[in-house]
Amino acid sequence: MRIEEQIVGSVHLCIGQEAIPVGACAALDLTRDAVFATYRGHGWALACGTDPVALFSELLGRETGTNGGRAGSAYLSDPDHGFYGENSIVGAGAPIAMGAALAARYDGSGRVALTVFGDGAMNQGAVHEAMNMASAFDLPVVFLVENNRYSELTPIAAMVRRDDLVSRAGPYDMRASRIDGNDVNAVRETISEAVATCRAGQGPVLIEALTQRLVGHYIGDAQVYRPHAEVEQARAKEPIIVLSATLRADGVSEHELAGIETRVRAEVAAAATAALAAPPADPTAVKEHLYG
Amino acid sequence: MGEITYAQAINAALRRALAEDPKTLLFGEDVALPGGVHGVTRRLRREFGDRVFDTPISESAILGGAVGAAMMGLRPIVEIMWADFAFVAFDQLINQAANVRYVSRSRLKAPMTIRTQQGATPGSCAQHSQCVEALFAHIPGLRVCLPATPQDAYDLLLAAIECDDPVVVIESRALYHSLKDTVDLDAPRSPIGGARIVRPGSDISVVTWGPMLHTVLEAAHVLEGDGIDIEVIDARWLNPFDTDTVTESVSRTGRLAVIHEANLTGGFGAEIVARVVERGVPLSAPPLRVATDDLRIPAAPGLQRAAIPGSDLVAGRLLSLLKPGND
Repeated sequence: MRIEEQIVGSVHLCIGQEAIPVGACAALDLTRDAVFATYRGHGWALACGTDPVALFSELLGRETGTNGGRAGSAYLSDPDHGFYGENSIVGAGAPIAMGAALAARYDGSGRVALTVFGDGAMNQGAVHEAMNMASAFDLPVVFLVENNRYSELTPIAAMVRRDDLVSRAGPYDMRASRIDGNDVNAVRETISEAVATCRAGQGPVLIEALTQRLVGHYIGDAQVYRPHAEVEQARAKEPIIVLSATLRADGVSEHELAGIETRVRAEVAAAATAALAAPPADPTAVKEHLYG
Repeated sequence: MGEITYAQAINAALRRALAEDPKTLLFGEDVALPGGVHGVTRRLRREFGDRVFDTPISESAILGGAVGAAMMGLRPIVEIMWADFAFVAFDQLINQAANVRYVSRSRLKAPMTIRTQQGATPGSCAQHSQCVEALFAHIPGLRVCLPATPQDAYDLLLAAIECDDPVVVIESRALYHSLKDTVDLDAPRSPIGGARIVRPGSDISVVTWGPMLHTVLEAAHVLEGDGIDIEVIDARWLNPFDTDTVTESVSRTGRLAVIHEANLTGGFGAEIVARVVERGVPLSAPPLRVATDDLRIPAAPGLQRAAIPGSDLVAGRLLSLLKPGND
């Protein structure tokens, strides 16, 4: 839809990284917890429970979009499902998540804030300010790094002395773990433990989930910076392949797996069709909601 | 009703807000146990416990923390110790706080108050002296005010805290302990916005704000001796800006001057002149802006006096509006 220019503007896909939002959201209580994601956040919105029609509608600039067309692909939010939004500024969600966790100290909600960002954000000052303050005050924040090896178009390994980003937890004395981000069960278990730590008042947790993008940073990214074989190798280990193998080993039949795929593809296609049929965002309302 | 200082008026407003609304929080660098580097937040920690707390020297965490807490329904009041320090965390104000309501169509909001202080005082260095109000006023989604009196320091801060949007309250360090007046601490809360005619006059409408108000009043007093009657308007709020009060005044006097401590180019004075001119108010002299030259701010008091308009310079420039050639 982006290539056909039904969707316009930058679109950042999370193909290859799906296990992280799906596993993490399964470990959260989204009636009270708060998720702060990045511009690569469509999967996070869906995993939180956003209606796929509302998501497609937002990408298409429709009135029925999560944000009525005001956010677009890279800055959408759906707080009714605990999704406090994508963020198009790298690392900027971390201090905000820390603030949501701070609020939990006073509002009795028991909220845990989860902020997810890429490896590139680990070199942003705001992330470190948030990690330090959350640690100093034992705030319930899960800092989750989706390490897909590329900070936009540049290999993270070339931009850091040590590429095990989980080691950044040390100076803040945070609990931390580094996991296979393509294993949805490992993600769910690790985030469950982190959430329990946070709810127990034992301070923030840093998790580095290793994964790979199967696509470019944005649609249209030629990925000249990436070895050709890398993506092909990554395809063999991508989360849906991994999960399918696990399910087969658990006795799920090919027929059932094929049925799931058919059903999901039909659901996505129907959502896209419904969104395309929705009315465009109302231009007469463009000046509304600047102030209360 | 005794007199209190500008700083004490701010302290009283914070106390009232913290007492009346359990959703308010107060945090920033050195605001709690030390009571603020300028003593503005003294004793509040003792009275309100952990709703008042110190933070790391991390402006992004302070402002981002306020955005997150505000999105969750609290009403954080944060201090950026010097306005110059806001630059290290502009992202959280401009890309984050200012966008919350608009992009979510009011499903989310960020009712946060950012207190800061600005301006040059003797010896203050170039990174502790700038007047940055025009930068904030340029950002849709932020409200901006600059109290110039103890009563306004009290009233405007309370209005800011009650506002459901992010408000930047720019205080004057020069006035914290030097300016004293009676303050009605039981005054009903006023909404945001509204300029105030501080001194009615008939010859020139002068719009100003912050500590420059007092410089302008001195100049007006001097000119009164020459039989010149200056109307002085304290803008108080740059967003929302009270264009009506200014144009009504200029339509009476036929002359407009805007005077601010911030430097000239891109200053808010240009915006005010443009608004008055665009409304077609008849003018009997070209509009005048008096501001600090486009300079960095030096520390030495003698250099600061040479850079920043004082009352003599202001009086001279105003006189030139009435008597061309006298500039």
